[in-house]
Amino acid sequence: MSVTAPVAPPNTPNYNDPQIVAEQIKTKYPDAVESSSAQGIVVQSDQLREVARYLHDELAFDYLNNVTSVDWQDRFEVVYNLTSLERGGAPITLKVNAARENPSVPSLVPVFRGADFQEREVYDLMGIRFEGHPNLRRILLWDGFEGYPLRKDYKEPYYEEEKKPFGSRWDKGHHVIAEDRNPWHDNVQYPSNFDAVAYKPPRDQIQVIDAAQAAAMRLRTDKIVLNFGPQHPSTHGVLRLRVTLEGETVRGVEPIVGYLHRNHDKIGERNTFVGNMPYTDRLDYFTSMANNLAYALTVEKLLGIKPPERAEYIRVIMAELTRWQNHAVALGFIYNDLGAFYTPLIYAMEERELILDLFEATAGSRMMCNYMRFGGVARDVTDDFIAKCKYLVNERLPRRTDELEAYMVGNEIFHSRAKNIGVLPRDLAINYSTAGPVLRASGVKYDIRRAEPYSIYDRFDFEIPTGTTGDLYDRFIVRVAEMRESLKILKQALDQFPAGEIMTGKKNYQVRVPKGEAYGRGENPKGELGFYVVSDGTANPYRYHVRGPSFINLTALNDMCVGYKIADMIVILGSLDIVMGEVDR
Amino acid sequence: MSEEKPQTPPMTIANSEQEWLDEQVRRTIWTGPWNKFIDLVDLIYNWGRRNSIWPLGFGLACCAIEMICTSATRFDIARFGMELFRGTPRQADLMLVSGTVTKKMAPAVVRLYNQMAEPKYVVAMGACASGGGPFKEGYNVVSGVDKLVPVDVYIPGCPPTPQALLYGLMQLQKKIDKQSIRDAAWYRKGVSEGVPEPILGPDLIDARRLDEITALSADPEKLAARAVKLATKGKKE
Repeated sequence: MSVTAPVAPPNTPNYNDPQIVAEQIKTKYPDAVESSSAQGIVVQSDQLREVARYLHDELAFDYLNNVTSVDWQDRFEVVYNLTSLERGGAPITLKVNAARENPSVPSLVPVFRGADFQEREVYDLMGIRFEGHPNLRRILLWDGFEGYPLRKDYKEPYYEEEKKPFGSRWDKGHHVIAEDRNPWHDNVQYPSNFDAVAYKPPRDQIQVIDAAQAAAMRLRTDKIVLNFGPQHPSTHGVLRLRVTLEGETVRGVEPIVGYLHRNHDKIGERNTFVGNMPYTDRLDYFTSMANNLAYALTVEKLLGIKPPERAEYIRVIMAELTRWQNHAVALGFIYNDLGAFYTPLIYAMEERELILDLFEATAGSRMMCNYMRFGGVARDVTDDFIAKCKYLVNERLPRRTDELEAYMVGNEIFHSRAKNIGVLPRDLAINYSTAGPVLRASGVKYDIRRAEPYSIYDRFDFEIPTGTTGDLYDRFIVRVAEMRESLKILKQALDQFPAGEIMTGKKNYQVRVPKGEAYGRGENPKGELGFYVVSDGTANPYRYHVRGPSFINLTALNDMCVGYKIADMIVILGSLDIVMGEVDR
Repeated sequence: MSEEKPQTPPMTIANSEQEWLDEQVRRTIWTGPWNKFIDLVDLIYNWGRRNSIWPLGFGLACCAIEMICTSATRFDIARFGMELFRGTPRQADLMLVSGTVTKKMAPAVVRLYNQMAEPKYVVAMGACASGGGPFKEGYNVVSGVDKLVPVDVYIPGCPPTPQALLYGLMQLQKKIDKQSIRDAAWYRKGVSEGVPEPILGPDLIDARRLDEITALSADPEKLAARAVKLATKGKKE
């Protein structure tokens, strides 16, 4: 159910149709395809890697959007979404089944390195082993955690009922606080006969040189392992990096994430569809409006509805304002990381406040807007909003964009610190499934607003800025250019702004979503934010998965940092513009 | 307009050197009751402390962004002398727990708290830090930072607006005003004990409850008796 027709020359087969792709696979691997439908191609587990390589090499499906898994109670299903960056269009879905007992499927890391963290996440939360994965360990939780939380038979310590709204809240006076319902009076549970006194937690494998060895080496320098975070002023939140250093040169970076793992997937399955909307705000908390939009688009795919004209325009205006303020703050943080402490960030924050005022006036909240609904938006905007928005877009924001750029382009120190640092080559950027400005800075002209236009982005005239070398400097330039393009879109949208309804149908506090599954995505300021939603026909999603662009961009960090100095590593991390709420979810 | 003349103390003629000395002592040195003196010291000391609270630069989640907004131009936390976000807990007076405390992060939060020098304060900013917030039911979420460390001020909101944060910090200032060096814990004898760090086991293990956990795990009946059962939908209790 793609939004538009795929962009393909007339003589080549339409590879955006899973049926046609399945036929193509059958010509090469006759036994590989179990079944195929519009929902996806189910592949035999033992031939998955060959099929993936074939799709990658021959059919140009060079980009792995998303890896996730569904627990169907009798079996597990691992879901891959693949796109061709050249052809664009909606991603095709590849599925593979795994047995309930000791589930295992071949790893796709040899084909798509972007699968690295995503497969680890599936292993961590669903317990599916990926054979051939180079580093299959828990990623969001810690080694030693009991259970696989996303399995349907896992009950969290504060478990109350399968689905919201909880029955205990219906009748009067039945609600008991979660602490009292749990025998430990806290959010914990332990296996039976657990001996806490004797328990020894598994230790991190950190390379330590003992005294005798150090003496034998005399005064030779050796690699040292530096733990960086989870509390550090320049890690943009609670990220931990385990850095291997040789002198000041970085020899390896391993991001250790999960310090803000807030269980979006599990809570999302308990929630109703509408109830998940405020949770999407808290994914990437800089860009709540854009997150809302991506989630609303996904569920609208399942519902088969489209919002009215005015709502579409409001959505675009909100999403683009979000993009501008996100990039402005990102630039501010990059200056921060470079050592221009706080002052440029304050300039960015000044304009951001004005944009947040607009959000507050419309949605009622500065940051966590919870504004979009399925088939429209929650509240209408006023004329005052439009007037203020026009003033910002035409007067203030262009000036500030120029100013923020001038700090950078006119600064020699900046040039010498950013040019040819943290280079991410084009093919590596694609293979690592990086998204958004990071991908475009490496020279890939890919933007979902153009490749698979959603909402009304096909009506506006805007460019996709790209870099050439994929270094730090390009990642800045691309962001500044994107801010200008956002303003261009905003100008057009404000000029064409129509009157009319803001909601299709009547407002519902609960929607019943037809059976089915959808992978919906939006071009967020940080990259492709995807939602994989499976509905079983009730008011609650059966599976709710978030593809966080920050999380997957972080996969490429090691390759970008190796060989540079540790001070560069900070800026490279800053140029990825990660937000931990989205990395850990 | 009357111009105030600089007041000079009236001249006294001392009968003896001793009397002169007594008079000088009376004029220049505090000779009131001890309690009042301590009050004066408290006043000056607390005035200094309340206006130079250095927070730990410590952002956990969404609330950290509002914390940054508060320290930016529009809300300007510098008015309260709190703009100096320290990167290390050793230099910080205040831990602003701005966001969800997860189980994986819990040992780090406690360690940071232990590393702060006294007097130290903890502000739970937002719903998550106060009680788990919207993520309370999550399997990896600590339901409130007060399960780990003592909290001085709770600020509601998700996230609290900068105004709310400033109000909360003003409440903390009021709290500091009321403290006295007479009974402040950090001037008592003995070394203050840190909070024992939680352990990441099969689940988060509170190091203060090791014996309790071991004993109850071995006795499932006793354990089950501690949970309050819920009435299900439609049924009466």
